[in-house]
Amino acid sequence: MTPCEAIVMGCSAGGLVALERVLAGLDPALRQPIVVCCHTGSPDVSLLVELLHRHSRLPVTEARERERLQPGTVHVAPSGYHLLIEASHRFAISVDPKVAYARPSIDVLFETAAAVWHERLVAVLMTGANSDGALGLKAIRDAGGYAIVQDPATAEVDVMPRAGLDIAGADACVALDAIADALNRLCLS
Amino acid sequence: MDLEDIEIQLFVQAMRLRHGYDFSDYAPASLKRRVHQLVRTHDSGTVSRLVERLLHEEGFLPRVIEGLSVPVSEMFRDPPVFRALRDKVLPVLASYPEINIWQAGCAYGQEVYSLAILLEEAGLYDRTRIYATDFNDAALAVATDGIYPTREARDWSRHYIEAGGSQSFSDYYSARYDFIKLDQRLRRNVTFFNHNLVTDEVFCEAHLILCRNVLIYFSNGLQDRTLGLFRDSLVRGGFLCLGTRENIDFSPSAASFTHVDGALRIYQMGGSGTKALQR
Repeated sequence: MTPCEAIVMGCSAGGLVALERVLAGLDPALRQPIVVCCHTGSPDVSLLVELLHRHSRLPVTEARERERLQPGTVHVAPSGYHLLIEASHRFAISVDPKVAYARPSIDVLFETAAAVWHERLVAVLMTGANSDGALGLKAIRDAGGYAIVQDPATAEVDVMPRAGLDIAGADACVALDAIADALNRLCLS
Repeated sequence: MDLEDIEIQLFVQAMRLRHGYDFSDYAPASLKRRVHQLVRTHDSGTVSRLVERLLHEEGFLPRVIEGLSVPVSEMFRDPPVFRALRDKVLPVLASYPEINIWQAGCAYGQEVYSLAILLEEAGLYDRTRIYATDFNDAALAVATDGIYPTREARDWSRHYIEAGGSQSFSDYYSARYDFIKLDQRLRRNVTFFNHNLVTDEVFCEAHLILCRNVLIYFSNGLQDRTLGLFRDSLVRGGFLCLGTRENIDFSPSAASFTHVDGALRIYQMGGSGTKALQR
């Protein structure tokens, strides 16, 4: 496979536990930026960032508009804004209408990331209660990127990973506990 | 260059050369999404077909403008910001005999009315003039009417209370069927008019400028130009309020502003003592 330059992840209901589990298993030697979109319903993600930071060996921060994506850093989408990736590898935000009832929307993050990295991107879609992310995952696969979907049987809420499999399919469909290893294998080389 | 990017460039050129609207300095990722949304809305299939209509079809432009400005807001969005305006900014504005406020990019006007309520409750509204501008005429028309769907307004009452409102929010509107209409008295000192931040200049001496979540759609260069415009419009000691996730670290013009509340993106022009913003 083509070397991976970035990782994008999406989840909603049940996402905190899933993210904690995955981030805890990631190899701290990873040099790819990791961008996370998780619907939280809370007006800011500082608590989410703090909780994830405790479990992750890679630094976790809230993504800031205009800032460059940092290697080996987990960037979390701010609450209430769509998070987009510019071709310059910097973040942009928008308050455009909700997509798939969500803002931030996983579709928006995934689609813009697909346009930047094409086949050099790995995406992870996990537990969640709606189908946001499925179209984004399709855009990533259409552009040649690699899609990992959490095995719905291991998802706290299986609607999101099921929608991902239905609409986009996956290059790997693995249990929650196997996602970190899969990322380490794909991205460390 | 891939085909998609070529088409977006053609679209931007058509807007500029045919209609005088310059989107070349907009942040590309959002602009691209909005153009593709327009393609879907107008069932054009491709961006080039949208460009063709833009060039040849009389009356098509306003619909494109509306799609490119996508005005989304709510009343008292981010209540802590309005509370800070009430607690920290209005007491300073109270020292001026006349107060000019510029709401730049007012979209459907929710924030204009929020501001008017804030000023009314602070007893300052009768000596205030609010200039509410946008480049989208259709949005300005909605803003002038002050009519909003009830389902959108559900959260506004809670926001109003969280923002420190001293009355009952329902005093400010009348409800009919699925809509609420804001009390037209709130509009008495508001002037709505068309102004494009990309090309137009300063038009007033302002004591407070609100421009929330507008510059996020601009490239660094255009963001800097606009902040320069705000600097030139503000009186010394005047205030600027941006969206709570905006980042002006890359703008040289930002050096003219000091923090009033950094987290809430409320700034003051010139030095009143707090540390100057510097990269």
